[in-house]
Amino acid sequence: MSDAIAETTGLPYADAVPGAVVDADEYGIVVNRDKLVEFALHLRNNEGFDYLSSLTAVDYLGFEGRTPEDRFEVVYHLFSTKKGGDGIVLKVRLPENDPQLPSLTLVYPGADLQEREVYDFYGIVFNGHRRLRRIFLWDGFNGYPMRKDWKEAYYEEEHKPYKSRWPKGHYQWAEDRVPWGDNIKYPEGWDPDTFVPPEPPLPIIHEPPADAGHIKTDRIVVNMGPQHPSTHGVFRMIVALDGETIVGLEPECGYLHRNHEKIGERNTWLGNIPFTDRLDYLSSMSNNFGYVLAVEKLMGDRGKPPERAEYLRVIMAELTRICNHMWSVGFLLNDLGAFFTPALYTIEERELILDLFEAVAGSRMMCNYMRFGGVARDVDEEWLQRCRDIVFNRLEKKIDELETYLTNNEILLTRCVGVGYLSPEDAIALSACGPMLRASGVPYDVRRARPYSIYDRFDFNVVTDDGCDVYARYKVRIGEMRESVKILKQALDQIPEGPIMNGKPAYVTRVQKGEAYGAVEGPKGELGFYVVSDGSDNPWRYHIRAPSYINLNTLEPMTIGYKVADSVVILGAIDIVLGETDR
Amino acid sequence: MFGTGILKGLGVTLKRTVATFVDDLARVPSRYTSVLETSQGKILRQPTDSRGIFTIQYPEERRQLPERFRYIPMLVYEEDTGEDRCTACGICAKVCPPQCIWIVRDQDEKGKPITRPAEFYIDASICMSCGFCAEYCPFDAIKMNHDYELATYDRFPGLIFNLQELSVPTSYYAALYPKEWEAGAEARAKKAARAKRSARKKAPAGKATAAEKPAAQAVAEKKKEAAPAPKPAPEPAPAPKAEPRAKHAGGHWSPIPEGYSGPLIESELPLPPVPAEGTSPSGVPWSRIMKLREQQLLRYRQRRKAEGKEVKL
Ligand code: SF4
Ligand code: SF4
Repeated sequence: MSDAIAETTGLPYADAVPGAVVDADEYGIVVNRDKLVEFALHLRNNEGFDYLSSLTAVDYLGFEGRTPEDRFEVVYHLFSTKKGGDGIVLKVRLPENDPQLPSLTLVYPGADLQEREVYDFYGIVFNGHRRLRRIFLWDGFNGYPMRKDWKEAYYEEEHKPYKSRWPKGHYQWAEDRVPWGDNIKYPEGWDPDTFVPPEPPLPIIHEPPADAGHIKTDRIVVNMGPQHPSTHGVFRMIVALDGETIVGLEPECGYLHRNHEKIGERNTWLGNIPFTDRLDYLSSMSNNFGYVLAVEKLMGDRGKPPERAEYLRVIMAELTRICNHMWSVGFLLNDLGAFFTPALYTIEERELILDLFEAVAGSRMMCNYMRFGGVARDVDEEWLQRCRDIVFNRLEKKIDELETYLTNNEILLTRCVGVGYLSPEDAIALSACGPMLRASGVPYDVRRARPYSIYDRFDFNVVTDDGCDVYARYKVRIGEMRESVKILKQALDQIPEGPIMNGKPAYVTRVQKGEAYGAVEGPKGELGFYVVSDGSDNPWRYHIRAPSYINLNTLEPMTIGYKVADSVVILGAIDIVLGETDR
Repeated sequence: MFGTGILKGLGVTLKRTVATFVDDLARVPSRYTSVLETSQGKILRQPTDSRGIFTIQYPEERRQLPERFRYIPMLVYEEDTGEDRCTACGICAKVCPPQCIWIVRDQDEKGKPITRPAEFYIDASICMSCGFCAEYCPFDAIKMNHDYELATYDRFPGLIFNLQELSVPTSYYAALYPKEWEAGAEARAKKAARAKRSARKKAPAGKATAAEKPAAQAVAEKKKEAAPAPKPAPEPAPAPKAEPRAKHAGGHWSPIPEGYSGPLIESELPLPPVPAEGTSPSGVPWSRIMKLREQQLLRYRQRRKAEGKEVKL
């Protein structure tokens, strides 16, 4: 489309950069890849879209109305941390035989890990990316698994439900169907014994003004993890040290990778809800919430939950936030060397909250509680009473207790203050979210910036701290727990009687054709679900903007210049959960 | 002053110990309200006003499970008639997210389908305990069992539960789900009337042993012991070993696809300036960041000093 047409059709931002905007659909602006960097710069500098929230790709192979010429689509969700409100969506369409485009890492450094993820899953090349390597899959992995023509080892059918299960469901052990009886698939003629793995990844060395004084130091590379108690799971940091000072760090993840998103594309819409529980398994209620919000946007009126359900959702999400922050604070103490005694004290209240979840949803951690257009089960008066008991009588006392012991504790102070400095500009540029962003003094909270559900009715503050360090992150978490209690009190006072489900529960979900991005402020940050529907029973694309993964962008810049022992605390304060990071 | 933190920390532990004793004394003979004594041990519910420890001595003590607790599904059959409630409608198999339910619908000699399952398998090692099957079953035939002690020595066939292993009588269900059972009484009465009309004579074999068992307590015994697991699965012959390998389409193999080192996309416009060596991602020089870090420390120290709580950092 020429510039003239672009102007006459009134495409948004068409005249900002000539030739950049070529088209637009209901969901986003289609951008010419040659002009992408320039256009993004314009949006960042002149329009205030300073925050790249989500970056992902979609494979439209065989999608109605698509040709090999525009098989791939890279989708960018941009928001503004200053103005708040709805962001804009950029799309770059790529042909099948030439899937490459310029990297946006120089405009939005937070694109770093997300571009690597897209490269890993789709084989889309981002020119100019400083280290375009696979991130979740191992270097010898065959093919790009999120492409529609890639089939896994236990592949059975494109979509669930599988025909072999009913009415002639003679049980067959999955392991019998593949060679070696294992979940492995090798390409023809490939011999695992002769495979030479590429060079081990070495971190890029930064040169902070090191002040080693009179001591002569050497450069060494140290592997932290994956089997290391401080990495909160199986996460590996490859650290380059100069003496004891960190001069380079490379995060390595994927040890818990199961291609959640591919599984999600085979699943039915409904079937994905329990799978979201397994993302950040400490806060499954929030995960449910984000996913149902995204899908409900494509369901029209049927996706509107009744009042009581909205309140229940908020109550569950805020209880989850408290659980998560309790763990997070406890684990921070673990990382400081106070092994598990403080952590166990902090999770006492979590125990009671999990009992509440179990009573209403049936499971303590894998709650699977929300449904499209409502929630699964109602709560009774006894439950509400128990919940009030906990919220009104216990939680605040507990937070006070924590503060008394921890906030002014010398060990906490010496290890945390001034450690892991992340300036506000860097935090925004690196797409940090949640407590990480707010502890750098940026008052950005999805509940405020783009209120979802009924959060606009509650009176609460966005907790920020200008400390920009680990200590500030600790304090923001404590502050957020207090705000959550405040929201819970209001919600428990106001919760109305009524139905909990819009319409009758049905196992088939009618979802319109289209795209939607639903985001909630999860305990770890902006948890977004980007779904594409072709109108069928299964999602065409199901992407998760995982806060713990994207927050890892900040790890390298935050640790440079600190001592190796600090890296443990800095990682701990990001608060990652590997189930979500690795997906 | 150094050392106060440690004392405070020890104080926490001491306080906890005292609180636990106080809790115990307040609730003679047991610190847990509504304790249930069973052959399996005490069944407890955690009180919300406890100030002391929360730990439970599993397996001597167990938590009281709420009615909605879900673990692995079970199939309910009518105790008086021995009939399965399940009609082999297949909804649970369709709705199951990991697709771990396998149902063979029964048929008569002519091949006409009969509304009951001939075989029913749940692969417990794949089941994600989501409870969808129980939620969407239109006949209340499949419910979530509370029995969570399923460890076996082998996955296959130890964790593949078949119809016999899954079947439980209605009384077991009623004991596990008292509230739901109460609420469903009316619907059941109607259904019973309907069932009488189309009563099936033949009760499936193998049910007798399970039916004799007493109604289960909240913590159930394993049904498996009563009904030894025959493995009837007429499995289709496994695919020839070589085939999947030959079928594979290949695709990109090199970790970095060709074209990666190729030229950048032609763009008339220069890329944004590459940040000079030694800057943070948003382009702030490291030297400035180091200064900011120091200032932050200083600021903090001053604040503490003003508060009269100076610490050495
Ligand atoms: S258990 Fe219920 S849903 Fe499943 S086949 Fe039987 S009747 Fe249908
Ligand atoms: S509980 Fe969920 S995973 Fe397990 S059998 Fe039922 S539907 Fe399938």
